[in-house]
Amino acid sequence: MVNDLTFTLVWGLFGWYGAGVVLPLGCRADSRRQNLLAHGCAAFGGMVGIVLGVVGLLASEPWAARSPSTIPLLTFAIRLDPLAAFFVLTISLAGLAASIYAIGYVRHFDGRASIPLLGSLFNGFLCSMTLVILADNGFFFLIVWELMSLLSYFLVVTEHEQAEVRYAGLFYLIMTHVGTAFIIVAFLIFFQGVGSFSFDTFRHPEQPLPEGMKTIAFLTALIGFGTKAGIVPLHVWLPYAHPAAPSHVSALMSGVMIKTAIYGLVRVYFDFLGGQFPWWWGFVVLLVGAVSALLGVMYALMEHDLKSLLAYHSVENIGIILLGIGAGMIFQSFGLKEFAALGLLAGLYHTINHAMFKALLFLGAGSLLYATHTRNMEEYGGLLRRMPWTGLFFLIGAASISALPPTNGFVSEWLVFQSLFLSFQIPDLLMKLMLPIAGAMLALTGVLALACFAKAFGIAFLALPRSSHARHAEEVPMPMRLGMGLLASVCLLLGLLPMVVVPLLDRVVGPFAQISIADQVVALDGWALAPVDVQFASISPPILAAMLIVGALLGLCLAVAFGGHLVKRYGKTWGCGINLSPRTEYTATGFVQPIKQVFSTIYRPTVKLETEFLEESRYFAKRRRFEFHIEPVFQKYLYDPVVMFFSTTADRLRVIQAGSLHLYLAYIFVTLIVLLLFAV
Amino acid sequence: MVKVLVLIVMQTVILLGVAPFIVGLIRKVKARLQCRRGASVFQPYADLVKLFRKQPVVSTTTSWIFTATPYILFASTLLAGLLVPVFVSTIPLSFAGNIIALVYLLGLGTFFLMLAGLDAGSAFGGMGSSREAIVASLTEPAMILSIFAIALTAGSTNLSTIVHKTALLEGIVSDPSPHLMAFAALVIVALAETGRVPVDNPATHLELTMIHEAMILEYSGRYLALVEWAAGLKLLVFLTLIANVSAPWGIATSLEPAALGIGLAAYLAKVSGLAVLIGILESMFAKLRLFRVPELLGVAFILALLGVIFFYVLRG
Repeated sequence: MVNDLTFTLVWGLFGWYGAGVVLPLGCRADSRRQNLLAHGCAAFGGMVGIVLGVVGLLASEPWAARSPSTIPLLTFAIRLDPLAAFFVLTISLAGLAASIYAIGYVRHFDGRASIPLLGSLFNGFLCSMTLVILADNGFFFLIVWELMSLLSYFLVVTEHEQAEVRYAGLFYLIMTHVGTAFIIVAFLIFFQGVGSFSFDTFRHPEQPLPEGMKTIAFLTALIGFGTKAGIVPLHVWLPYAHPAAPSHVSALMSGVMIKTAIYGLVRVYFDFLGGQFPWWWGFVVLLVGAVSALLGVMYALMEHDLKSLLAYHSVENIGIILLGIGAGMIFQSFGLKEFAALGLLAGLYHTINHAMFKALLFLGAGSLLYATHTRNMEEYGGLLRRMPWTGLFFLIGAASISALPPTNGFVSEWLVFQSLFLSFQIPDLLMKLMLPIAGAMLALTGVLALACFAKAFGIAFLALPRSSHARHAEEVPMPMRLGMGLLASVCLLLGLLPMVVVPLLDRVVGPFAQISIADQVVALDGWALAPVDVQFASISPPILAAMLIVGALLGLCLAVAFGGHLVKRYGKTWGCGINLSPRTEYTATGFVQPIKQVFSTIYRPTVKLETEFLEESRYFAKRRRFEFHIEPVFQKYLYDPVVMFFSTTADRLRVIQAGSLHLYLAYIFVTLIVLLLFAV
Repeated sequence: MVKVLVLIVMQTVILLGVAPFIVGLIRKVKARLQCRRGASVFQPYADLVKLFRKQPVVSTTTSWIFTATPYILFASTLLAGLLVPVFVSTIPLSFAGNIIALVYLLGLGTFFLMLAGLDAGSAFGGMGSSREAIVASLTEPAMILSIFAIALTAGSTNLSTIVHKTALLEGIVSDPSPHLMAFAALVIVALAETGRVPVDNPATHLELTMIHEAMILEYSGRYLALVEWAAGLKLLVFLTLIANVSAPWGIATSLEPAALGIGLAAYLAKVSGLAVLIGILESMFAKLRLFRVPELLGVAFILALLGVIFFYVLRG
């Protein structure tokens, strides 16, 4: 019964996405209809996907289907277990919202890009991401993984007439292939051990892999999937590629595509390797997570292009997810099953949360771009009055990513904190000390993220408009508001109802940690979350939310009781005697100046100030020019040398490629002779 | 259920009632140390009533964020206070949030206050928000780690459990050094988080020095009253935290009237003592330059870290 339902849903899902790929290109309608057709199909696909995810999460047995192919080693095998179902659900939720949003958003590409092509690629992208999650054969996985990378590349270069978009696309294309190469190595190690690409044989090898091979598989998987996820120092492509893509695509890339890498890591470490690993693996993941979280948010703070800022925050949040997973791995290797499950659960909870609020924020950024035609925050300002809905949704997203109670980000970050603090149970002094330090780094990350979104929301939506674009901005069309509203409500629900989410996640985590912790974590009849023990720690998001409302009402009552009347008077802001204008406002650059100064060892800022004085007197400046840059450390010291090496090598090799046909024929001839000699 | 509600209401009343007194007491101590007579310790109550009665003036450039912020700030600070045991060690709301929830609730208030600072569009507010951002980011790691050091000795991050166990001298203390270091770190954190000298000066209105006052510069009338009350409340929450987490002695561990009475008296004595201490500290030190503040907070972080290390090393 359930199997039939799953079967229907899987076909429904691919049917809708498939229709979305073919129909817009095939039909000869006007671009409005094509738009509606493409994104309508994607939205239906998303809805089916949500149902499929829920069914998969609730199913008692994994569901699988396979169809052989003529290519050796390749089988088109798909499998829906709770882990896959969870990621399908995440992708489909974000996909549904992005598709609805796109109906309004892609209108402003009319005339600049081919809308049917954009819609078709968008459907293909969603479909390939879902296939990556469902694939149950290494070869097949690599094919759809590559498909996902290529389709997203084509979407990134939608506005290819701009040079920087082409550069971003190329950068992304190279990085993603470097990552894929490492994943291939990891899979080949498994293949060499079991002689098949089927994930089932990876899972249950006849004889376990030797330790050395396992370690190589661990490292190559971390690098390969880490490139896609954007861990430091492999994160450099994110702030280029994510802003360059159309915003609804950025939302999917930053919200869910990078999560396929998290899926890959969990699949390899906990499923294929069965959670059998030494403690230092977990420590490496934890370290990578802590560094990514901290550096991600630090670079985000200095970014004034709203979409680049959000891309850096993806690096940060991937770091937070890895902190949870890393802690889980450490616990696992010390045999502390309950805590291992908790760490993994915290990481996965943050995965879906980040997918929701990051997609929401990117859609919000897209709305700002749609309304003002710029991504530069310094040209926004005062938009909350002009775009109240976008502002409200963006605020919900900002509160969630800053982990303010009672939003979803708070719940999952809190769970990550708890799993780090349970470290005192580990029988190893180094880990006992390192996990709380990681907790302190997470605290710093959290509060820097708060500062960053105070900046982003404050500069963009509050005070006076800073440019004529912002002065004339208008609220975005209905479908865009709907898409954002959907994600905003999911964010709130995920925060207020953790007692519903945790048991579902427990079904995902349970098989890997070989323990079910839902009954322990959901305490007090579902009113509170208590990792393992109510006496150790607990929170109750619904009570917190209710009490916040009661507190605010109490404030209002006190105001009435003591003051009586609630009328207010309006006046101008005191501007020290001069009229307030955008030039007197605080800028985003000014806002982060103290942070830049305090952490200057990390940023290595260079400031250039040129002043042109009046000829009559050096006391009066005619013009000032201020420039400031932070040093792109990773690019300068890690990537530039590599690029240099390859381009000089290529230059040297050019000697043999002289452009003469005779010479090339000679090469072929010589090669043939040499091969013949070998053959004989 | 009734008992629970009564306890919550009692705690709310005590927190809201004592907060202005603490502010007044610190002012009084400072005045006496400056050889002034100073205003009555009850002056802040009169100030609040006066502010509530005045009609607020709101800038035309602001949005709803500006008028909503005082209520959000007030609610989040009060809720943070309700998570800390005040005069009874087992409080009804302790299950709703542990120490990390408390830190993040205070963060909620800070976030909206920073937005409100930017909302009016004047450079003062922006400057305040920007400085608040850096001070908050440097205090938080020290705060989390110092609390963790204390949580380790009590084996819990739940404030009620920590206080209860510490009050009954469980898990304490063959060697109190982790506790003492965490205490020192918490005092520095409290000074920074509540905008006191040497990090910020609550009495200043000079743009070069102010942080908190700059953010709330545009507030007036009942909005200002709520913001000021919340600021006093935040100070009280920190003092309560320090007093009851590191020295919970005297706190009621049962609900008998006599124990409650002693608990209340002990609480008032402890927070008053800490308020006097803050008054003295504020008179002894000059305000630091903003860019010297990281060093101070770095000290707090190291102290907290040492607290954690000492715990593990001493217990083996």
